[in-house]
Amino acid sequence: MTLPLSGPPPGLRRTGLLRSLPQYGALAAVLLANWLLFPDFFSIRLQDGRLFGSLIDVLNRGAPVALLAIGMTMVIATRGIDLSVGAVMAIAGAVAATMTQAGWGLPAVLAASLGAGLLCGLWNGLLVALLRIQPIIATLILMVAGRGVAQLITEGQIVTFVSPGLAAIGSGSFLTVPMPVVITAALLAVTALLVRATALGLMIEAVGVNRLSSAGAGVNTPVVLVAVYVWCGLCAAVAGVIVTADIRGADVNNAGLWLELDAILAVVIGGTSLLGGRFGLLLSVVGAAIIQAMNTGILLSGFKPEFNLIVKAAVLLAVLLLQSPVLTLLLPRPKGARPVSAPLKPAIQPAKRESGSVKP
Amino acid sequence: MTPHIPEPSAPLLAIRGLSKAFLGVQALDGVDFTLRHGEIHALLGENGAGKSTLIKTLTGVYRRDAGTVALEGREIAPRGVEEAQRLHIGTVYQEVNLLPNLSVAENLFLGRQPMRFGLVDRGAMRRRARAVLSGFGLSVEVTAPLGRFSVATQQIVAIARAVDMSAKVLILDEPTASLDAQEVAVLFGVLRALKGRGIGIVFVTHFLDQVYAVCDRITVLRNGRLVGERRTDELPRLDLVAMMLGRELEAAAHRIAADPAAHDDADTDARPPLVRFRGFGRARSVEPFDLDIHPGEVVGLAGLLGSGRTETVRLVFGMDRADQGKATVDGRPVRLRGPREAIRLGFGFCPEDRKKEGIVGELSVRENIILALQARQGWLKPIPRRRQEEIADRFIRLLDIRTPDAERPIQLLSGGNQQKALLARWLATEPRLLILDEPTRGIDVGAHAEIIRLIERLCADGMALLVVSSELEEIVAYSRRVVVLRDRRHIAELRGGEVTVDRIVSAIASEPASSGSEGALA
Repeated sequence: MTLPLSGPPPGLRRTGLLRSLPQYGALAAVLLANWLLFPDFFSIRLQDGRLFGSLIDVLNRGAPVALLAIGMTMVIATRGIDLSVGAVMAIAGAVAATMTQAGWGLPAVLAASLGAGLLCGLWNGLLVALLRIQPIIATLILMVAGRGVAQLITEGQIVTFVSPGLAAIGSGSFLTVPMPVVITAALLAVTALLVRATALGLMIEAVGVNRLSSAGAGVNTPVVLVAVYVWCGLCAAVAGVIVTADIRGADVNNAGLWLELDAILAVVIGGTSLLGGRFGLLLSVVGAAIIQAMNTGILLSGFKPEFNLIVKAAVLLAVLLLQSPVLTLLLPRPKGARPVSAPLKPAIQPAKRESGSVKP
Repeated sequence: MTPHIPEPSAPLLAIRGLSKAFLGVQALDGVDFTLRHGEIHALLGENGAGKSTLIKTLTGVYRRDAGTVALEGREIAPRGVEEAQRLHIGTVYQEVNLLPNLSVAENLFLGRQPMRFGLVDRGAMRRRARAVLSGFGLSVEVTAPLGRFSVATQQIVAIARAVDMSAKVLILDEPTASLDAQEVAVLFGVLRALKGRGIGIVFVTHFLDQVYAVCDRITVLRNGRLVGERRTDELPRLDLVAMMLGRELEAAAHRIAADPAAHDDADTDARPPLVRFRGFGRARSVEPFDLDIHPGEVVGLAGLLGSGRTETVRLVFGMDRADQGKATVDGRPVRLRGPREAIRLGFGFCPEDRKKEGIVGELSVRENIILALQARQGWLKPIPRRRQEEIADRFIRLLDIRTPDAERPIQLLSGGNQQKALLARWLATEPRLLILDEPTRGIDVGAHAEIIRLIERLCADGMALLVVSSELEEIVAYSRRVVVLRDRRHIAELRGGEVTVDRIVSAIASEPASSGSEGALA
């Protein structure tokens, strides 16, 4: 900065890398554990013009949750939450499978499925922004109703289809990289550009920290809120299409089931606070990768899949403990990390930033 | 029950030497308070006088540090609102603390429902509810949810509940704050009836007209101390306001601002006003008012707490929507539907509650400063990072905002520096009208003086300012005109040589009848 720093040394300023150390550290730890269990974990081979290997699997299988996490991050940054993303996946998948079976071309199928996601997001956004319904309740409506809507679309059947074009989205590859990974990376880049190259990111964070103050400063809070839910709906629809394309059919009872919880978990692991405010898109995707790496590790190790849920819960508990203001107060904190004048009440906010520096 | 209650030897409630401190701040310091049978006793004071602390200490929400409380001669020390209620002290708060989703009858008898065979006897409950409420002149469907009725009805139900639970002392904490004139009249009818039954009522309010309409006695607190107790009919309004504000009127100098030009209205009035409001108002918020603000002038809004000052500026900025009247900017009619419209017209607004409505705590000083400018430009035209830093650094230097750097979260700054950063947020938008609600509240002395100097400088640069402040000397020092408010009404407009502390105080204290002439001034 241009100002002379009389206070804390420049090194203490939260640079992106320092702040995200715990997430990258956790990812490295999980990958290391997998490597210790399976020396082959990092081996990657090229076969039929596509990359194969456990690491590629982690990225490929983690793509749907990563996509959900991208949209969820921005919703959570506005102090909201979207419980309906799993159901929206089912709706988008149902639309894609049913229309493909009915003989529509790929462009129309994609436009309709993604459009369905946008509509779902718009519905959530209007409930939250205009009717001021609490996000957890507003999106619960679609979480419950969404699978019903999807069943109406598929008329209660598991709809299968034959369409090489659509199937390629789920299991094809682009320049040897699996398609879901490519799509996730592309959507991450587009989203990051959309929020960071414009002032949208600032406004999302401002609304999340203090909606009243933001509105008073002229931020169009309803539009910001609707926008994040719409984008979240779009991300969910993309994830739904990928899952449907991968299995070449729409199973509306199971597609995306409980994935909203994985997405929220990924965002929280990524360090975005449920209290809203600062968010990190890339870190949420890293969070999704951590979750998937754990899933893969447990599967590879031969434990029962049920064990997965308990490990996930343990990791969540560990992350939340690190963010807990009570625990943060107990742990020694680096000198100068927080000014002495910091009031008692917002301790919960600085705490989550400091989790980086207090993590062993 | 006989209408005449013989005066017992001991007063109904006698508080002596009550003290209470919070973290070293003396909220109550040896306060005496006496309530007699069958009287309505106003408890008055400005912000921080200790009214709430007194009530909460009396009802056991807080533990007192020192002093005695005696009810009919017997010393009591309730440890909570329920115990106070059992000791015959009932409390009704401004925001009704009943359950809107339960029926009227259930609310009346919650926790003491008539029982039969171990079950709630709903029939008996309904019958008794009707009987109790008819005693208050209220005939409502007692099975309907309470939330369906007006706030006034809810207040009366809350009072009925407290009285029916054998209250001898009834504490009403700003019960009329959200009522309209007719509802207040109904409530007062109920209070007078209760008084006739020998119940003592403690009435906390900000509305002086209501004090004179219904109260027998007045106790004034200031800064945690007892200023005095008077009979209402022996205390002229002027003396009451002086007691509340703590001013010796004789001693207050006939102050005129250091710069006499600031009060010279000859050429400013000749120019067309920047903004003009006619019959602008909002039901239950502030009565319709007329107001002109010219470029380069400071208009002060003075009045007691709750007099409608904040409500006025919120209407001007569109935070609340006016439901009547017209507004023009540069002679063109405008609709102020929200802050965004107001900002587009060149308005800026620093709210009274800086933390809740002003700062965006977790974001940096830089982001807080550029927020309004960025919001006005729209999200598609981001201000480049380098330009943001230039703006932030310029205002940090200009206003001497004490922060190690522009990237520090604003919530870590002191109150005065937060206020300066908020001023910077609006100055960055180069506003034509800046509205400041209590700009110097909770700010240390040094920053206080700087903010006042800044106001004077902005005014000299041609900006129009509308400033609310409880600091009368402050308002007198920088205002060319002062609008005085009382009971949500603009009652007087002082200008030029009239702008003195004395004139403001006497305008606040003036009888409601004499306020009819102020229309001509505006």
